[in-house]
Order: sequence, then C-alpha cells, then structure tokens
Amino acid sequence: MVIKDFNFYYQSFQALQNISLKIHPKEIFAIFGPARSGKTTLLKSLNRLTDLIFGTRHTGTIFLDGTDIYDPKLSLTQLRRRIGMVFDLPTPLPMSIFDNVAYGPKLSGITQKKRLAEMVEKALRSAVLWEEVKDRLHTSALRLSGGQQQRLCIARILALEPEVLLLDDPCSGLDPISTASIEETLGKLKKEYTIILVPHNIQQASRVADRAGFFLNGELVEEGPVYQIFTRPRDKRTEDYVTGKFG
Amino acid sequence: MVYRTRYITQGVAKVLVWMAALSTIGVMILILFQVLAKGLPALHLRFFLDSPKSMGREGGILPTIVGTFALTAAAILFATPLGVGTAIFLREYTRESRISRIIRFGTDCLAGVPSIIFGLFGFVFFVIYLNMGWSILSGGLTLAAMILPTIISTAEEAIKGIPPSYREVSYSLGGTKWQTVMHTILPSALPGIFTGILLSVGRSIGETAAVILTAGSSLMMPTSLFSPIRTMSVHFYILAREGISIEMAYGTGAALILLVLLVNTVANWLLNRYIRHRV
Amino acid sequence: MSMEIKEKIIEKILLLVALSSITVLALITFFIFEQGLPLIWKMGPKAFILGQKWIPSKGLFGIFPMIVSSFWVTFGALSLGIPLGLACTIFLCEWTPPAVGMVLRPAIQLLAAIPSVIYGFWGLVVLVPLVRDYLEGPGLSILSGSVILGFMILPTIISISEDSLKALPPTYKAGALALGATHWQTIWRVLIPAARSGIVASIILGMGRAIGETMAMIMILGNSVKMPTSFLDSARTLTTNIGIEMGYASGDHRQALFATGIVLFIIIMLLNSLAIFLSRRRTG
Repeated sequence: MVIKDFNFYYQSFQALQNISLKIHPKEIFAIFGPARSGKTTLLKSLNRLTDLIFGTRHTGTIFLDGTDIYDPKLSLTQLRRRIGMVFDLPTPLPMSIFDNVAYGPKLSGITQKKRLAEMVEKALRSAVLWEEVKDRLHTSALRLSGGQQQRLCIARILALEPEVLLLDDPCSGLDPISTASIEETLGKLKKEYTIILVPHNIQQASRVADRAGFFLNGELVEEGPVYQIFTRPRDKRTEDYVTGKFG
Repeated sequence: MVYRTRYITQGVAKVLVWMAALSTIGVMILILFQVLAKGLPALHLRFFLDSPKSMGREGGILPTIVGTFALTAAAILFATPLGVGTAIFLREYTRESRISRIIRFGTDCLAGVPSIIFGLFGFVFFVIYLNMGWSILSGGLTLAAMILPTIISTAEEAIKGIPPSYREVSYSLGGTKWQTVMHTILPSALPGIFTGILLSVGRSIGETAAVILTAGSSLMMPTSLFSPIRTMSVHFYILAREGISIEMAYGTGAALILLVLLVNTVANWLLNRYIRHRV
Repeated sequence: MSMEIKEKIIEKILLLVALSSITVLALITFFIFEQGLPLIWKMGPKAFILGQKWIPSKGLFGIFPMIVSSFWVTFGALSLGIPLGLACTIFLCEWTPPAVGMVLRPAIQLLAAIPSVIYGFWGLVVLVPLVRDYLEGPGLSILSGSVILGFMILPTIISISEDSLKALPPTYKAGALALGATHWQTIWRVLIPAARSGIVASIILGMGRAIGETMAMIMILGNSVKMPTSFLDSARTLTTNIGIEMGYASGDHRQALFATGIVLFIIIMLLNSLAIFLSRRRTG
C-alpha cells in the first residue's frame, strides 16, 4: 500500500498532515504515537470507513496495489473486503460464532452451506480459534472471553480472504495471556497478509512489528525498521517519545 | 419560630401529595372495578362465540370481536412498513437536515391530531373519495394513519439504541447500507419495534370516533376487506348511548377492558425488559 | 454495478416511505379544509365562529357555544389535572416509598390505556347520577365532563413532567438541600421552577388532548346546543358537535361539521406546535 501526501480533515480540524508512507507487502507495520495523533484516523481512511463520518474531507491519494482507493469507479464494498479491520474493543455481532464469521461471505453473496462451513473453519483456524470453539459454533458469540472475541473478529475478516489487515489497538483491555495469544496469531498471519497495526504501547510494537512509523499531532515524524526506530531514532521528537519524556 | 413554619408547610404538602397519589390510584380502581365487576358475569363462553340478536339486546359479540381484530390487523399491516421504513430512513440514510426536520415535524403534528378529525378525514378520503365505502379497508387505513407516529418513534428509539460498533463492523466487512440494515440493525431493533406495535394495537382496540365514521357499524360478520364492521368499542358505545342493554354494555365493556389490559401489560413488560436489557 | 443501482433505488424508496407522515398530514389538512371552507365562506367566518345559534334544520350554523364549552371543559379538566398531576409527579419522583410507587406507576399506565369510551361510560353511570342527585341540573354537565377529562389527561401530564424532573442535574437538589432547605422547599422552589418548560409543555399537550376528546364527552356532556351559563349545564364541545351529528348529516349540515373540524384542527395545531416548540427548546 502506498500513501501519498495524504491530508485529512474533520470539518475544519486537520487530523492528518501530508502523510506519505509505503507499506511493504507481507510485513507488520506499526503506527505508534501519543493519543490523538491521528493513528486511528489514518487506519480508518485506509478502508474508507471515514466515509461514514459526516463532514470529512481529504486531499492526496492512497493506493492499494496501484489503484487509488478513492477512485469513484472502485467498488467500496470490494475495497473493504480486501482491507479488513479489527477495532480496539471486541465487537462480536449478536449472533452465533458461526454466523459472525460467515457474515462477511454471506454479504458478498456466498450462500452454499458447505462452502460457508469450509470458509468459517479455515478462517477460525487461521485466527487460532478453531480448536477452542469447534464444538460450539452455534452458540452466541457474546459468551466468549475477551481474547476469544478479538480472535473471532480477526477470523471474521479472514473469512473474506483480504490482502491487508488493519488492527486498531486490538489488545486494548485484554489480559496478558490473551494479548500474547493475539500477538502470536499476528506472527503467523504475517506470512499471508500485510498487517498495519496500532500497538497498545511501544513494547508491543517492538515485539511484533517489522517496521514502524511515529505519529505526532497528525504528522508522520519518521518511519523505519523497528530495531532502528526504537534504539536510534533520527528525529528528536521520536527519541523523546520512545524514551518516555512525554506520553 | 421560622423553623417550624417550614416544616409545617412540608408536612401539609406531604399530606396533600399523598392524598393526590392515593386518590389517583383509587379512581383507577373504581373505574376498573365498576365495569369489570358488573360486566364479568356476562362473560360466559357463548358471549364470545355468538352473534348479537335483536340489535345487541341478547346473544354475544362475536362479529365485533372479529371486527376489532380485523381492523387492528389491517392498521398494523399498513402502518408498520411505513413506520419502520421512515425510522430507517431517518436514522440510517440521512442526518439532521431540512428533510429530516420536516419529517419529524410532520410526525409530531400527526401525533397530536384528535381522533375525530381522523374520522372526518377517513370518511371523506377513503369512504367517499376513494370509494371504499364503510369497510375494514377504510377503517384500517385510517387507523394506520393514527398509529403511524407511534410506530415511527418507537422504531426510531429502537434503532437509536443499537451500538454504532455494529454498523462499523458490518460496513468494514464490505456490507452495503441496505445489507447492514437488513442483517444487523433490523434484527437487533426488532424487540423495540414489536413493543411499539403492541402499544399501537392497544390503542387501536380502544379507538372509537375514527372507527365509527369509517368502518361503519354493521353487526354482520364481515366477508371481505370491503365489508363494514362494528368493533367492540363501537358496540360498547352504541349499547351505552342508545340505552339498548345495560348488561350487554357492561359485558362488552369488561371484555374490552380485559383485552386492552392484556395487550398493554404485555407491551409494558416488554418495554421494561427491553430497556433494562439495553442499559 | 447492479448492487450500487439497487442501493440507490432502495434509498429513493425509503425517502418516499419517510414522506408518508407528511403526506398524510397534508392530505388531512387538504380534505378537511376542502370540505369545510366553502361553508365558512358562504356564511362568513365571523358569523360561523361567533354565531350563537346552531339549528341545522334552519341552516343556522354558529359554533360559538361549542367553542366556549370546549374551553370551559378543558379549563375544568386542567384545574383538576394540573394539581393532581403535579402532585403525583412529585410523589413519584421524590417521595414515594418503593412499595407505593410500584402500585402507582402501573396505575398511571393503566389509566393511560383505558379507552375513552370506558371513561365515558363510567362517568355516565357513576358520576352523572351523583351530580344530578347532589348538585342540581341534569347531571350530564360540564362539571362531570371536566372531572372525567381531568383524569384522562393525568397520564400525559405526569409522564412528561416526570421526564422533565428526572432530567434535571442532581446538583440542583443536592445544592439546595446542602443550603439547608427542607425537602419540600427544594422541590417547590428549586426543582419545579427548573423543570418549568417541560411541565408547561406537558400541560399544553394535556390541553390538546382535552380539547380533542370526543367519545367520553359525547356520553357525559349532554346534548345542549345552547350557550352554557354554569358548570352544571349540559353542553356540546367542538368535538361532540361533530361526533353526534356526523352520522346523519348531509349537504350544508355536513359541511358545517367539517367546518367545525377546521376550527378544531387549527386550535389543536396551534397548541401542539407550541408544545413541540417548548419541548424542543428544553432538550436543546
């Protein structure tokens, strides 16, 4: 994915300033920084979820595999199936586990039961949730634990076989064991998918990500490989943040 | 001392307020008791299954029961798609704009129109102008117009209560607006919508002024949508006012009250359960 | 792109559906006016509204007595409904021991659900004879009507006033009590004035309901078309005028009834717009 000179405005407030960024395929890229620096906004722009919010504008372009995602000829629903998103709070839909995972495929027109069952199993396996729920696929998803629910959300987007995964602080509010399991899952998923992650903290970024970008007040201050950006940041602001001078 | 007057005032106020509350409960009990006590004796099985004889002096009230159900069903059938559709449009397809303000204003105004005006309207529009005559159809359409605002506002409340995250999830999985509405929003809003429908049912059962002018007052069993009918409330009114039979009146009234109480109790129970569930 | 087209079509359909309530309102307004205006024009609005004689057989259609009666009955109903309603609201919000509250709340909901014909019937068989026996007159009177109507509008006043009181920031109450006010003083001098606009809105809505009530009033008010001079007189309101005669009216007579409807409609629309305006202002 390539982001070029991207500016984003909520009404008159400019949330993102001239972001230019290149995400490499099949890597984990972490977007980190203090609160309110535009990380979620950027993430939501990537699958055009920001279209849902009233009064937003943008300039600049975002490319997925060379296509401008804001091209009016492009099908929005297709785009969102290629770029899946997981939110900071687990958001199971009020249905069974099976129906949750099958939701996406059903919407895109797949109705054969056998095909759906296969897709659901494959997605749940990739999200490392299959073993735990395979015997209760038709019970309510609301009964799962927080960590399981988040993996369910991951399985949900995997069922659509996307190319890019967007994860906005997926481990927020989860206990360390669930967090560890999600991070492990991400490590496995990286082999197939490009992942853009807003980490819970810098430590998570350094555990999980390949490259990272530091965001401050809507600006991309710097980006680079994880080992470099956290140990020898080029910009002073990055250094201050990484060393904890502000937070 | 100044102290004392304040507390005396409070004491007096307390007594008055208590009296008010108790008298309200008291009157309600009186009203219900009066009609139910005198009417229950008339409520035997034949009462519900027979047709009235000699203008209602004897027999049962079966056609009126059928009429009530038919009319209410027709009203719900017409009003629910329109009402829910309006709520979906207001909540999902627009934001606060001129159109939504106009629609809401119209709905609020419609809610305030008295039933006799609906009766006049139904009479001149459905019965005469559209040539439907006094019929289940005319009555049903008129009642539908009356309950429309209720359905719209309860449906809106139900849809409003759905967490925004459901929508985000559905859209981020590639759902279109309509798919999101159909597969996520409507299913979740169903309990609230259903409660609104029940409340409207309760209201339709007791509605008299608009019904008399549009559905007629025939005591015969209806044979089609175009048949005129008499509902229980209309029958009750005619019996009472024309002084035809006081026992039959009491009986019909008791049946009417029981039906309305049943529907409203279920509706309120659902309302409380549904609200608590949300919170 | 057929899905996109389908979505656009659905959106347009929903827009049409959403316009249904406005459409119905417009239709009602149009037809009521279309039927009634010719007569008002023919008679002259002044003669119609201020005329005191209603004799259809002679072509006399003055509705002033009905207007006066409508207001008298409403005024009477409000004199009962406002104090009782406020008292019950205060009781529910501030002073209720849970046990009594559990009885009062359903009682009020039930009061709201009872059909108006039942109210009318009860008034007819219980209240009217009482008035007839203990006071003077035929019993079928404005007094009886006011009492029944007062109870009918209670739930409206109570529920909206209760919402207003509950919506007040708890700091109002805490602040007043902390300054040493008694509970009652807090209620009467702080909370109620603060909830003023909501309470007024509830009263106006109750007024609208009272003016628009038909069936119960037909059963209780009697049938007199004369100008009422006391609360014990029988009378006709704008609503009962229509309700009683619509069944057999034709020609000019029927038009006159529609014209009565026009006057009623305008009064209610004004009242309700006022209430809507007030409550919108309150909730911001």
